[in-house]
Amino acid sequence: MVISAQELRHRYLRYDKSFPHVWCPGCGNGIVMGGLLRAISRLGLEKDEVVLASGIGCSGRMPTYLDFNTLHTTHGRALTFATGVKLAKPSLNVIAIMGDGDATAIGGNHLIHAARRNLNLTAIIINNSIYGMTGGQYSPTTPFGSISATSTYGHIEHAFSIAELVVTAGASFAARATVYHGELMSRLIEQAILKRGFAVVEVISNCHVQYGRKNKLGNAVDMLNGFKDNCVTVNRAAKMTAEELEGKTTIGVLTDREMPISTVEYQKVRERAKKEQE
Amino acid sequence: MEKIKKTKFQRYEIRFSGSGGQGLITAAVIFAQAVGVYDGKFVCQTQSYGPEARGGKSKAEVVVSNGPIDYPKALDIDMLLAMNQAACDAYFFDLKPNGLLVADSNLVEQYPTSRVVAIPFTEIAREEIGREMVANMVALGAVGALSGQVSLENLEKTLLERVPVGTHDMNKLALQRGIEEAGKVNLQSLPRELMSDDEEL
Amino acid sequence: MFEQKTARQLLQGNEAIAHGALAAGCRLFAGYPITPASEISELLSVLLPGVDGTFIQMEDEIASIGAIIGASLAGVKSLTATSGPGFSLMMENLGFACVAEVPIVIVNVMRGGPSTGLPTSPSQGDVQMARWGTHGDHPVVVLAVSSVMDCFSITVTAFNIAEKYRVPVIILSDEVVAHTRECVSLPAQEDIKVIDRIKPSVPPEWYKPYAGDNRGVPSMVAFGDGYRHHVTGLIHDEKGYPTQNSREVDAFVRRLTRKITLGFHEIMMTQGYLLEDAEVAVIAYGSVSRSAKSAVEDARDHGVKAGLLQLITLFPFPRSQVVPLLKGCRAILVPEMNLGQISREVQRVNQTACRVVKYNRVDGQFITPSEIYEELIKM
Repeated sequence: MVISAQELRHRYLRYDKSFPHVWCPGCGNGIVMGGLLRAISRLGLEKDEVVLASGIGCSGRMPTYLDFNTLHTTHGRALTFATGVKLAKPSLNVIAIMGDGDATAIGGNHLIHAARRNLNLTAIIINNSIYGMTGGQYSPTTPFGSISATSTYGHIEHAFSIAELVVTAGASFAARATVYHGELMSRLIEQAILKRGFAVVEVISNCHVQYGRKNKLGNAVDMLNGFKDNCVTVNRAAKMTAEELEGKTTIGVLTDREMPISTVEYQKVRERAKKEQE
Repeated sequence: MEKIKKTKFQRYEIRFSGSGGQGLITAAVIFAQAVGVYDGKFVCQTQSYGPEARGGKSKAEVVVSNGPIDYPKALDIDMLLAMNQAACDAYFFDLKPNGLLVADSNLVEQYPTSRVVAIPFTEIAREEIGREMVANMVALGAVGALSGQVSLENLEKTLLERVPVGTHDMNKLALQRGIEEAGKVNLQSLPRELMSDDEEL
Repeated sequence: MFEQKTARQLLQGNEAIAHGALAAGCRLFAGYPITPASEISELLSVLLPGVDGTFIQMEDEIASIGAIIGASLAGVKSLTATSGPGFSLMMENLGFACVAEVPIVIVNVMRGGPSTGLPTSPSQGDVQMARWGTHGDHPVVVLAVSSVMDCFSITVTAFNIAEKYRVPVIILSDEVVAHTRECVSLPAQEDIKVIDRIKPSVPPEWYKPYAGDNRGVPSMVAFGDGYRHHVTGLIHDEKGYPTQNSREVDAFVRRLTRKITLGFHEIMMTQGYLLEDAEVAVIAYGSVSRSAKSAVEDARDHGVKAGLLQLITLFPFPRSQVVPLLKGCRAILVPEMNLGQISREVQRVNQTACRVVKYNRVDGQFITPSEIYEELIKM
């Protein structure tokens, strides 16, 4: 069932007092939000059953605008709060929305442990390679050599590949898309929500105001075109050599595997405990 | 604001000391549980905690009283159990003048007081029971009997609750051997008390 | 259904906190190992699954408090326990719990500090940190335990206050209380007063998650209950949405503190001993109040009219109990295992000429009755 943009807005946006939003014109966050809402709509999730948790930064404001159970936490901590919510009420669909600095710098420890722990959570990480809200300082995903407010002479550190990072850390599902590939992104989010286990979707996004401007990447449209040109699907990437893949971004599902989920395993612990305490 | 009236209670303080791994905390906890839970007296049990409890000197204390206990740790010791020389030297300082030192005669060579009961706990455990590990229980039996603070039946009952099922006979035997050894001691024959500095000779 | 064991038993302070939490209805614990608080998590990892609760060991203390805030928002009473270094890490999300008005209980078993400090020695060095550790003006309730029975009953009280006032409650224990074993008979579950958060009496469309009632406390729903709302660490309006409107901001920040002020007489707990005719008094809390009680008795035996005011609530500071003492006594002694964190509060409320004497130890040693006695007879 296809839902029109207007229906989507009317059904899921909070009409009371949360607008205007804080995002700059052309920001990729809105595309991610649309993709998330379409995924939720396709899945037919009840609004009462969805919890959106976010951290701090531009991405952190997303839950404010959406009519779910929403939780705007401290910087980097969205997954810790989400863990508590999920453990307390496993029936809820808990989705964490984070930025690149949020999820992999200040919240990096929580991210890898959430992946290792494998609760049935969904994490959407919007990666725009920069700290946008604070004025464009370099983040853990800022590419080597880039210019930022705190790397005026060129960035000398290397960037994380977020999706690969969570694969290594043990996530059940990891995928990547860009805001140019909106339909793919929405489908991947849908898959991630359906996935039983810790599921991550990294969405490469544009911050033309901070990152794009400093690195002469043009406006929002130019940056999205850049994503279009620079991405290869996982299937195509598998047939390419390492040299051909140099500088390219792979998109699609990186891993999708079945592993014990800790809420399910903990239910077994409860049964064992009750048996022993009898 | 609740108001409470003043009353004064008796204290009896025991310090179990030795090296970490000798099971002194276990012994103290068993003693405290027997006195507190089954004899119905007031009791506080504390211990030295952390790195020093593992290897090196270790101590655990039990304060027994007929009323609520304010200060939970030992202040003036009535009985010091010393399971090695280092612990004996380190923890002897606040033994009361009429307090009693109970020492493992295998591991303590120099006694800092003449009010001492020396029993070869480790040797009894190793030679008679076959497990050096239960020396703490032999000592617990002796401390229980010599202190007169605990019902020996309750002490055994607690011991059996606290140790693994397969080791009941061994631990029970150890405790009884300690009680038996203590029974051979005539406390009256010991010097009445040590003289304090301000007493004239 | 959870059944409290009521037979007489020998328990450590830390174990009694775990039992108290269960009795109060706590069903989730998230923590990170640290001496001297670990026994709390160890025991709860055994007991919680047996009552359909949840135990989880998180990657650090930041995550631990994050998880219990999340769980509380989903409707489950939750606890974490730590010591100074972990408590330092929790300050960020403690502020979140204050501003988002999430009922949680945090146990801090104090050890010598600063920094890694003295991991296994007692201290009371975190008192002011418990009050002011997180940034910004915020309400917080701090309770101190002094015995194994306290550890049980004050943990229950802590949960009740947290739920009733939608405020984080901090229990300060110390290494002495945490590891002392005493005999206790815990009350039967039906004899324990358990308070739960107040639910809204209006339908979802009328619900304002941050509108205080006449006590200044908003009603609270759990995620998934059909009352979709927004929870944020930003200053927010009555609907929970971020605001920078100065009138709304002012009203919100003042309400946060006012709800505790309005509940002051219920939250504030002290215990007096021989105070009626006291000429000199000791004000003490936590394990030190035990030594102080002995010292006061000794002083009485030697003809000094001494008394003790034991503070159970440290913050909000029980000034209405302290002020009469300052008026009625010649001098007040405040013994503490820090350099004077509560004596500072006593001085603050001292509007009279009463002499406030500090006695402080920061060497990792427990203050003995004789030390307090020596100070008392000098006064």
